[in-house]
Amino acid sequence: MPAVKGDGMRGLAVFISDIRNCKSKEAEIKRINKELANIRSKFKGDKTLDGYQKKKYVCKLLFIFLLGHDIDFGHMEAVNLLSSNKYTEKQIGYLFISVLIGATNDLMKLVIQAIRNDLASRNPVHITLALQCVANIGSREMAEGLSVDIPKLLVSGDTIDSVKQSAALTLLRLLRSSPDIIPMGEWTSRIIHLLNDQHMGVVTAAASLIENLVKKNPEEYKGCVSLAVSRLSRIVTSSYTDLQDYTYYFVPAPWLSVKLLRLLQNYPPPEDPAVKTRLTECLETILNKAQEPPKSKKVQHSNAKNAVLFEAINLIIHMDSDPNLLVRACNQLGQFLQHRETNLRYLALESMCLLATSEFSHEAVKKHQETVITALKTERDVSVRQRAVDLLYAMCDRTNAEEIVGEMLEYLESADYSIREEMVLKVAILAEKYAVDYTWYVDVILNLIRIAGDYVSEEVWYRVIQIVINRDDVQGYAAKTVFEALQAPACHENMVKVGGYILGEFGNLIAGDPRSSPLVQFQLLHSKYHLCSPSTRGLLLSTYIKFVNLFPEIKNTIQDVLKSDNNMRNSDVELQQRSIEYLQLSSIATADVLATVLEEMPPFPERESSILAKLKKKKPSSVPEGTEMKEHATPKLPAAQMSNNVTTSESTPPTTINLMSQGESSTDDMIDRGSPVGGSASVDLLGLGTPTQTTAPSSGSGDGLLVDMFDTLTTNTSSSLPSTNGVDMGLTGGADEAFKKFICKNNGVLFENDLVQIGVKSEYREDLGRIWVFYGNKTTFQLNAFCVDVNQGALSESLSIQQKPVGSEVEAGAQVKQQFNMACVQDFEDAPIMSIQFMYCGAQQKIALKLPVVLNKYITPAEMDSSTFFTRWKALSSPSQESQQIFKATSPMDTEQIKAKLIGFSVSVLEGIDPNPENFVSAGVLHTRNQQVGILVRLEPNKQAQMYRLTVRASRDKVAKILCDLLQPQL
Amino acid sequence: MMQFMLLFSRQGKLRLQKWYVAHQDKMKKKITRELVTLVLARKPKMCSFLEWKDLKVVYKRYASLYFCCAIEPEDNELLTLEIIHRYVELLDKYFGSVCELDIIFNFEKAYFMLDELLLGGEVQETSKKNVLKAIAAQDLLQEECDEPKGFLEELGLTTGS
Repeated sequence: MPAVKGDGMRGLAVFISDIRNCKSKEAEIKRINKELANIRSKFKGDKTLDGYQKKKYVCKLLFIFLLGHDIDFGHMEAVNLLSSNKYTEKQIGYLFISVLIGATNDLMKLVIQAIRNDLASRNPVHITLALQCVANIGSREMAEGLSVDIPKLLVSGDTIDSVKQSAALTLLRLLRSSPDIIPMGEWTSRIIHLLNDQHMGVVTAAASLIENLVKKNPEEYKGCVSLAVSRLSRIVTSSYTDLQDYTYYFVPAPWLSVKLLRLLQNYPPPEDPAVKTRLTECLETILNKAQEPPKSKKVQHSNAKNAVLFEAINLIIHMDSDPNLLVRACNQLGQFLQHRETNLRYLALESMCLLATSEFSHEAVKKHQETVITALKTERDVSVRQRAVDLLYAMCDRTNAEEIVGEMLEYLESADYSIREEMVLKVAILAEKYAVDYTWYVDVILNLIRIAGDYVSEEVWYRVIQIVINRDDVQGYAAKTVFEALQAPACHENMVKVGGYILGEFGNLIAGDPRSSPLVQFQLLHSKYHLCSPSTRGLLLSTYIKFVNLFPEIKNTIQDVLKSDNNMRNSDVELQQRSIEYLQLSSIATADVLATVLEEMPPFPERESSILAKLKKKKPSSVPEGTEMKEHATPKLPAAQMSNNVTTSESTPPTTINLMSQGESSTDDMIDRGSPVGGSASVDLLGLGTPTQTTAPSSGSGDGLLVDMFDTLTTNTSSSLPSTNGVDMGLTGGADEAFKKFICKNNGVLFENDLVQIGVKSEYREDLGRIWVFYGNKTTFQLNAFCVDVNQGALSESLSIQQKPVGSEVEAGAQVKQQFNMACVQDFEDAPIMSIQFMYCGAQQKIALKLPVVLNKYITPAEMDSSTFFTRWKALSSPSQESQQIFKATSPMDTEQIKAKLIGFSVSVLEGIDPNPENFVSAGVLHTRNQQVGILVRLEPNKQAQMYRLTVRASRDKVAKILCDLLQPQL
Repeated sequence: MMQFMLLFSRQGKLRLQKWYVAHQDKMKKKITRELVTLVLARKPKMCSFLEWKDLKVVYKRYASLYFCCAIEPEDNELLTLEIIHRYVELLDKYFGSVCELDIIFNFEKAYFMLDELLLGGEVQETSKKNVLKAIAAQDLLQEECDEPKGFLEELGLTTGS
């Protein structure tokens, strides 16, 4: 038994020895149970225990708990120890509570009272113990109970340094756990001056607290920038200051330096030229020191030095403004790539990923391509190889795509299973993004399936099909290539799927060659049929029916296959149904009908690659943001071409069977799904649920009956104004107000008076929308000469509205509905005016209303992580891209209500992005026929003042302002 | 901010656990099991950093003990290694060439020392001198108030506590 330090609790040491001497788990449990029984009887016994005994037993319980056993008593005794005058008893009591008492424990009130007593004592060691306990538990109740005491300690002149340190970090813990409770008061304005404190320990502790405050409100604490820079400069650049014990293995104050460098990453480069120069000087000095010979051979020296260096590089990347520093940083990291320390190679690869996204250093990073490829091939640690993959992905551009993709494909053959799927996604994305020649792209994807077929997710092969369908220059090549790939005796099922789909669409392009005649194609595919899963077989059946249309000469062969028992009587209901229906279709339908139904698939609407979405979901941190930013900056050819294709397809909506619609039980259904008529049917032919698409339909509240809808909205009875007779150019009273209610919702009552009630249901999908207007006759007479006219005015360029006819009579008590289809061509501000006229008992009535179509309806919500959000946010910084309003809240500032409104506004509510959890940030994509516009929203409520600050940024001029004006009155 | 620190032996026995974010006991056990297995499976020359869920894990082995910290993505890995080292130095100085047994038998001291170095998952005091001074002051207080323990306590011992 080793010497027991400090006050010995011999009984405890003996017990620990006993436990260690136990030969088996059972013996240990037995010994523990004996001890627990003993302690329990002591605690329950009549004899009052003295403080020492209580402490000893509590400590034993703690030990037992830390061994992994449950402890269900002793809490009260521990709480009693808190009020002991003896330091050691108090200390053990606090330790037990910190480790064992959850935030929700009933005893918490007593604990908080004891803490408050200790905080009020004049004894710094007691104060420190109490603070440490608060920092360890950090519960809401503690924040409520101590929100005044702790800030006071922090800024009071009487407080000694070590207590200040604890107070700063305790306060930080409470700010993190319950930010809404801690009052921001006088202390906050004084806090940044702690950066000037004499005591390095105080500055170190305070720097963390300040960073937290800064994240919430950078503007308020802006003064800390110059303070931090000068403090940093004193540490880094002066050679004479002796920091004594704060120098760690010859590195001056590495912890404080790193905290300061991190603090500065919350701000743009300093505006004040003097501060900026000083900061640049610091960063240069840090880079210079990296080149100096080490002052010690100890790894602690190099770790501490490099920790500061990497943090400095992070700041350089964050500021992204000084090409000289960026390139120097890149060169330094380049040296580390070949360092003998694995840790440094790992970190260098990681930091370089960020550098690759800066336009200033992207080229410099590319110089290290060979080294990175070597790392990929030779590193022994998979986590390092993973970093190498990430970096190759980040440094890839048009010039090196072919080589990088080639290397990644080669590596994939031997890659660790744990990273294969991610690599497949990355290769697929790079190949698509940088394809100059789409034959190359097709080759890469087919290679992926060949090499790592099991890891090729649906998104990947869906995508290659989308692209082949949208680009007619590659279709023949794709058909030829898949045909060749299918020749392999064993090919992956994913290859069969892609092959089946592509030959079903474009097999005719290679049918001229006798080596790939229709019959050969069919036989090749069918030879794989029996080895495939039902879903692939279903797809192949669709291919076969497409062949019937493409190659009438093999119709009989195919019909024979469809007729076979194996298909017609397959136990899988989907296969059986397909076989029967396709057989019927091929027998009954005329060539013309067949040709229409089985026509080539229309081009897919252009959208973000679903593969990218998948990669982001899988590993948000591994998708370098810059690559996407660049994509926005230079829209590439394929995207533009594809969207052209989309518009042409809309004018002639084809009706086509979609080969992949699995699980649809009837052919009719499938045909319906395949027809993007006026946006009514799902245009998402592949059923690829990108996140934006899956959330979009939820905004429409299903097929609720109009009657229900009216029932639920009885609150909306606007003052029943008598309809004005004769001509009235203005809006009917109450119309504007009712209209505003539709900004955040799609259904409801638009207007009501004594005669009529007008309800609206609407649904939107990307740039297309439909509104059904329901005119209900509340009277007991027929309304005659009923007509509705929509005046678009100047809107006609921005919004194309197609109005379906409506009957000229509305019977008493009846309802008629009218449909409007509206496509958004470009952003618009005003809503179209609809005027409704009718005769009621011989009197002409006229109602003028705004048709509730507003720009935000064409937004679909977008999900993104925090770094993506901020990168994009920063990218949209020009004044015309931003609109900001500060205004008084018009309704209660309830978090859930605000969320509901934002969701109703069609943007996402992104959690965990804004450092201040009170704030809301949202993102969305505005779909217009002409372009897609990225939308970012930040809403900062100030509950005390009952005010909001609303900031909208959008990638197209004016859009931000329009949306800001729409959203503001909703809040 | 550091989310938690675990000390465990080569046999996978947990010697110290410090959680800076609240988790249910069940969750803590699950995380511990997962990380202990993960870290023990790694070979000596491998990198000291791993990605784990949305956190970074930094670990280092000292003799028979592994020190393992989980930090957030924006935290500095190399400096976390040095936090571990500073903690080891403190233990070493206090116990005089620390070994696993010291930490087992004086686990409460190990916790007290950690609270001086790190608070709420952030570095509080990096000066070795200041931390040791604080701990020495604690010990002094203990001796002062523990003097009158005497025979009653010995009695407690003999009755099998």
